[in-house]
Amino acid sequence: MTYHPRSSPLHAARAGAACAYCLALAFAALSLSNPVALGAVTVAVGAAAIGAGVGSEVRRAARLALPLAMTIVLVNALVSRDGLTVIVRLGNLPVLGHTDITLEATTYGAILGLRAFTLILCGALYTTAVDPDQVLRLFRRVSFRSALTATLATRMVPVLVRDARRLTDAQRCRPGRPPSRVQLMRAATSGVLDRALDVAAALEVRGYGVAHRPPRWHKPYSRHDLHFAAAAVAVIVLAAGARLGDLVPFHAYPSLSAPVDASVLGVSVGLVVCALLPFADRRGIER
Amino acid sequence: MNVLEFDHVTYTYPGATAPALDNATVQIEAGELVVLAGASGSGKSTLLRAASGLVPHFHGGAFAGRVVVAGMDTRQHGVGELAGVVGTLFQDPETQVVMGTVRAELAFPLENRGESPSTVARGVEEAALALGIAHLLDRPTGELSGGELQRAALGAALAGRPALVVLDEPTSQLDPVAGDELIGLLRRCNEDSDTTIVLAEHRLERCLGAADRVIALIDGRVACDARPDEFLDWAAGAATELQTPGAKLLSAVGTRPVPGVKRARAALRERGLLPEPVDQGGDSVPAPRPRITAPGGIVRRRRAPESALEFTRVWHELPSGPTILRGATLSIRPGERVALMGRNGAGKSTLLRHAAGLMRPTRGRVHSAGRVALLLQNPNDYLIHETVAQEASPGALQAVGLAGPAFADRHPRDLSGGEKQRLALAIVLGDGVGAAAQPGAGADADEGRVAVVCLDEPTRGMDRGRKGDLARLLRGLDAAVLVATHDPEFAAAFADRVVLLADGAPIADGPVGQVLTGGTYFATETARILGGAGHALTPDDGLVVLEKLLAAEVIA
Repeated sequence: MTYHPRSSPLHAARAGAACAYCLALAFAALSLSNPVALGAVTVAVGAAAIGAGVGSEVRRAARLALPLAMTIVLVNALVSRDGLTVIVRLGNLPVLGHTDITLEATTYGAILGLRAFTLILCGALYTTAVDPDQVLRLFRRVSFRSALTATLATRMVPVLVRDARRLTDAQRCRPGRPPSRVQLMRAATSGVLDRALDVAAALEVRGYGVAHRPPRWHKPYSRHDLHFAAAAVAVIVLAAGARLGDLVPFHAYPSLSAPVDASVLGVSVGLVVCALLPFADRRGIER
Repeated sequence: MNVLEFDHVTYTYPGATAPALDNATVQIEAGELVVLAGASGSGKSTLLRAASGLVPHFHGGAFAGRVVVAGMDTRQHGVGELAGVVGTLFQDPETQVVMGTVRAELAFPLENRGESPSTVARGVEEAALALGIAHLLDRPTGELSGGELQRAALGAALAGRPALVVLDEPTSQLDPVAGDELIGLLRRCNEDSDTTIVLAEHRLERCLGAADRVIALIDGRVACDARPDEFLDWAAGAATELQTPGAKLLSAVGTRPVPGVKRARAALRERGLLPEPVDQGGDSVPAPRPRITAPGGIVRRRRAPESALEFTRVWHELPSGPTILRGATLSIRPGERVALMGRNGAGKSTLLRHAAGLMRPTRGRVHSAGRVALLLQNPNDYLIHETVAQEASPGALQAVGLAGPAFADRHPRDLSGGEKQRLALAIVLGDGVGAAAQPGAGADADEGRVAVVCLDEPTRGMDRGRKGDLARLLRGLDAAVLVATHDPEFAAAFADRVVLLADGAPIADGPVGQVLTGGTYFATETARILGGAGHALTPDDGLVVLEKLLAAEVIA
């Protein structure tokens, strides 16, 4: 799952705006706990992925995130001792001791799981829709080498995956008993070190050693830059306002309280609308 | 004015006993296109790395003498500073492209120099247009082919118009078409912008025609520094392994060797050894045609009764991706030596992987009469033990010429490139070396016995001498041999038969003399010079053809 230029409003926006948009959605997921509002953020991220043309990639990430979310639900239900509504009595279990599963702990685990799931979707949306080279350019004025290291790490992942696949194929071609894991690990490490040395030499001859702080790049703001920046601000304001004003209340313990009233529905619909409005304008997205 | 000066440079890598450069003195003027020739380990790469400052700043070691690049002494200026005047391109495009898109890759060196955004944007546009990669600017580098990646890396080396560009075997990973395109681009950049280019290359026949000068290195010393035709004169007497096939042919008929197919033909015509062309661009000697099928079709061969390896209508279709093999049908007889040729992406490597069972056909069938030993492109991937003796059986080491105490206790990664390749071959051969599978034997008997040896691009980065050694080794094996290669000279040296693949299916299949004399890209230099006359592939064959022509004329 990597960035690939596409014809979508999110891809057409500059990295700063696209990055802020993804961060705003992640912020909303972190600050809201009401299941309806959090669900609305998840829907917004999913719909944004479809609007950006990266639905299949984000769906793949969702499939990977689902087991993690389920694990969080299970672990919280088993280890949390809070909550008044017992739904299952498991009695004495090894390591865990006396275990009662409560509705509150299970629900709170589900909220944590949904939050983790939504954050992973935000990460997938960022990875597939925000140009890493533009992000590097953004950050190189602050910390060039750290930004480049992060970009290189991203770029090298597929290269190293290909190396590992090659190494595996080569070992499958060996007749007789397959080599031990230690031997393979040693061979893989040698290969990675060789790669690292080659990349270091390439960076040197491209002038990395004397890299200057680049001048600011004045690029005119496009309609999509403005739309996504505005959407990011709106999502953050709405999520922060709802949190501070207690417009979307949720309490898991001691007994569950998750009201679904007009303010909750209003905030939820507002979040989805703010997040998806920038996708309505599809002018100038062709690459 | 000299752009590059080496003044009595001697350099030894850390831990090495012999110097990689030995008292090298070279001057290269602005606007020259210079080819560095020499066997593997002769010091070509070291000389280029010294020009870019990597030697000694990056590699360390003992350095004596002086290198001056565009007025900058490399002892006083680091690699980063020198990057402003020297563009560098290495062999492997995978590891020298560091950014996510081609545009960012081209901009990277300019941004490192702190150029203004407008200068960066202009530099990127100019480099992209010069190399014909403007359409690739927004493509992710991870999705580019080898040739495209190499051009993107060349673009990064050329962006900012450096005074000097040094290239270390840039065509070694490319097919003949992409390789020739790259050399053409270099010549154009050299002519258009007066950029000085220094190019290390093994396949001299590919680039001598474009060169102004050739510098030959032997054991780190400058052995020859002359114009291409003078270099070929020198090589005929002093370093025959550096002679191009065309030069060998001309020398054999007593004509002064010249670089390039066109000039070689002209020289032969001048001697009356080749008839004048009948019409513009046509050859008077009709080129024999390989058996080429109708579009999309397959060469129909009568099914061999005894096959060491057989592909029957093999398809390989990637899930949600392209079709790599399209009903490929191919049969290889025991002991037959077959070269599998075709451009990058034609399906050669995939076919070999199917032969060895690393991939399963989505349709069709692959059958072998015994074990298939597959040697993939990178021999390092096979080396996992501490000594050569631990890596392979004594019989296999004997078969590849690595037996005996001189090799037994050496660390596999300390071997030279050619030795590593032979060791990897010994590893895949295992104990079944030398035993050709007998058709009709039972499944148990087939176990461990090598019926077919497959090699994927074994000559990448190899000099002519090593290629000759490998060809002899392959001819000495009892098993059938199937080699995917871009190198027609190597195919001519070892193969009996050539199969040309395109878009996942064979489009030509026949004796080596027939297929490799019927085209331009998949033809040896001798065949191109003689226009395919007499199916001559090597200078020796060519000499026989020319002698016959001469005798026929005398009789007439």
